[in-house]
Amino acid sequence: MSPQKAKMTVPPHPMDAMLRTDRIPHIWCSGCGIGTSFGCVMAAIQKSGYPLEKVAMVSGIGCTGRMAGYIKLDSYHTTHGRAVPFATGLKIARPDVAVLVVSGDGDLLAIGGNHFIHAARRNIDITVVCVNNLNYGMTGGQQAPSTPFGAKTTTSTIGCPEEPFNFCHLAAACGATYVARWTSLHIRRLTNSITEAMQKRGFSFVEILAPCPTSFGRRNKMGNALKTLKFYHERSVVRNDIDPKEATLDFNSNIVVGKFVDIERPTFLDCYSLVNKKQLGDWPNLGEKTPQSEK
Amino acid sequence: MNGDEACCEGALAVGCRFFAGYPITPATEVAERMSRRLPEVGGVYIQMEDELASMAAILGASWGGVKSMTSTSGPGFSLMMENIGLGVCTETPCVVCNVQRAGPSTGLPTLVAQGDMMQARWGAHGHYEIIAVAPSSPQEMFDFTIWAFNLSEQYRLPVLIMADEVVGHMNERVTIPTEDKIEIIERRKTKASYDDYLPYRADADWIAPMANCAEGYHPHITGLTHDERGYPVMDAATQEKMITRLVRKIRDNSDKIIRYDEMFMDDAEVAVVAYGISVRSAKGAVRAARSKGVKAGLIKLDTVWPFPEKLIRGVAPKVRGMIMPEINFGQMVLELERCAGGACKVKLVPHAGGAIISPKTILGAIEDMIKEAK
Repeated sequence: MSPQKAKMTVPPHPMDAMLRTDRIPHIWCSGCGIGTSFGCVMAAIQKSGYPLEKVAMVSGIGCTGRMAGYIKLDSYHTTHGRAVPFATGLKIARPDVAVLVVSGDGDLLAIGGNHFIHAARRNIDITVVCVNNLNYGMTGGQQAPSTPFGAKTTTSTIGCPEEPFNFCHLAAACGATYVARWTSLHIRRLTNSITEAMQKRGFSFVEILAPCPTSFGRRNKMGNALKTLKFYHERSVVRNDIDPKEATLDFNSNIVVGKFVDIERPTFLDCYSLVNKKQLGDWPNLGEKTPQSEK
Repeated sequence: MNGDEACCEGALAVGCRFFAGYPITPATEVAERMSRRLPEVGGVYIQMEDELASMAAILGASWGGVKSMTSTSGPGFSLMMENIGLGVCTETPCVVCNVQRAGPSTGLPTLVAQGDMMQARWGAHGHYEIIAVAPSSPQEMFDFTIWAFNLSEQYRLPVLIMADEVVGHMNERVTIPTEDKIEIIERRKTKASYDDYLPYRADADWIAPMANCAEGYHPHITGLTHDERGYPVMDAATQEKMITRLVRKIRDNSDKIIRYDEMFMDDAEVAVVAYGISVRSAKGAVRAARSKGVKAGLIKLDTVWPFPEKLIRGVAPKVRGMIMPEINFGQMVLELERCAGGACKVKLVPHAGGAIISPKTILGAIEDMIKEAK
């Protein structure tokens, strides 16, 4: 009599239906915040009400960019920094499809920064989710436009000599219709924000602060991922609806999170069709106008 | 109309409905006409922030199922290389028109050159095959743009129209045929079920049927080395398989891709092999040579990449020599020499750029070659 072999059963993951399960295990390090962020993205897609064949994901290069490789949707993993212009073309070709860009901080706002500001200005109707882990994780932890002043990376071993961007302030200043920031610990609020962003017409932006224990945390004595999350938990302050200019990321005191912008603005295609109806008057209005004295 | 405008009309005739561009001399007129004409036919023109974005946007639109193109010149062409590479790797049909001007760098923005021919071939990193066509008149700007779209849809890659400043800005009569006279080839669509579909499983001719966005197939498309499933696989075996297919889908179909034209080649002792605007000078030179009793002929290359190797290997033993005029210091002539394989003399008529080559210069080269061969 041969002993019966114990069968190992892996319990199904609640998101299995949305995953390319034949590609698991994924490449992300243990403790990385992208996993929970990805979970929130998938939950938000389900909550958004879009049929799955009408949702496309576009990404660039980097750890976050790999989300596109694991999600069972039409998914396009493009070149470094170019996810936003690729998504711009895709959205214009298929206005009925919800186009979601997932991107890391370096991908989106260093090499892709110019595309980001112009897509927001044009109000291209896409949703951009940025996982901000404060450094270039995939290449081993170099300084990024998000790296806090003084923080250590492999290319700023003494301390980062530059000031980082405030991504939310930048997005809002460029015309984004929806802007929010959460940490990867704010699961429920983050999922709600991504859902709202997807349902929002126009350029919507959600920033997620996520730990990168392997590349960033360890060089800055932040300990393991749990400790980083505790750090985020202790210092996060929810301040909805404030001017994103005030939504600073001062890791020494407060990490300001919340929903900062939720406005209506005609999209690129709205304006394109309006202009091409040729019903707008001439620019500028050359009618008589009395000069006003200085106040 | 001028060549740039004819390029736009050719694109519209073949069904292009998306153009993403950035102003650059001497290609701006393509974008200008597109911005006016596309909304009239239900398409969209968008002016991007740079050529990196233009190229990325047309790839996105193509996956959305819309025929798309961009146009540019040297400096913009350099910026587009990154996403031309993505287009090659992901096998995305689209068209890029490069109205060449003299370089390097900013060079001579308003003046002609043919200096980007090798950049067209090898400009993006990595090893791949490309298709490039070279129009020599506004009429060919119209015809070749249609042809370029058909090639891109058929072989699934960015197809390059290697025009130049003179062809782009020259005004000539352009005949636009009626709709029923225009051949339109659409991308091969998959007939597989959702479960059986593999985005990069090719048919016998190395071409993989395509699934556009939102057709329910959920393909994963990546610029990483990928297998038939479209999944990234980081190993030498997958790389070998993918590159073999990207290369062979062009090489094995090159007889169907390559077009050329001949003039006075039946009894020619010297063959002038030319492409683009230099064809016009070469024609004049060959006619002048014939009137002097010199047996010169012309081979006009409509396709420059893939290079018509078989044609040149066939012609080389039958002539005393071949001459290539090009507005650079020797690019396509390297291919000509390689393919002639020593069976005849090969001579370059170079020009640094800024003006076209005069027929007289080419005639001189023909006469020199006849003398040398005696």
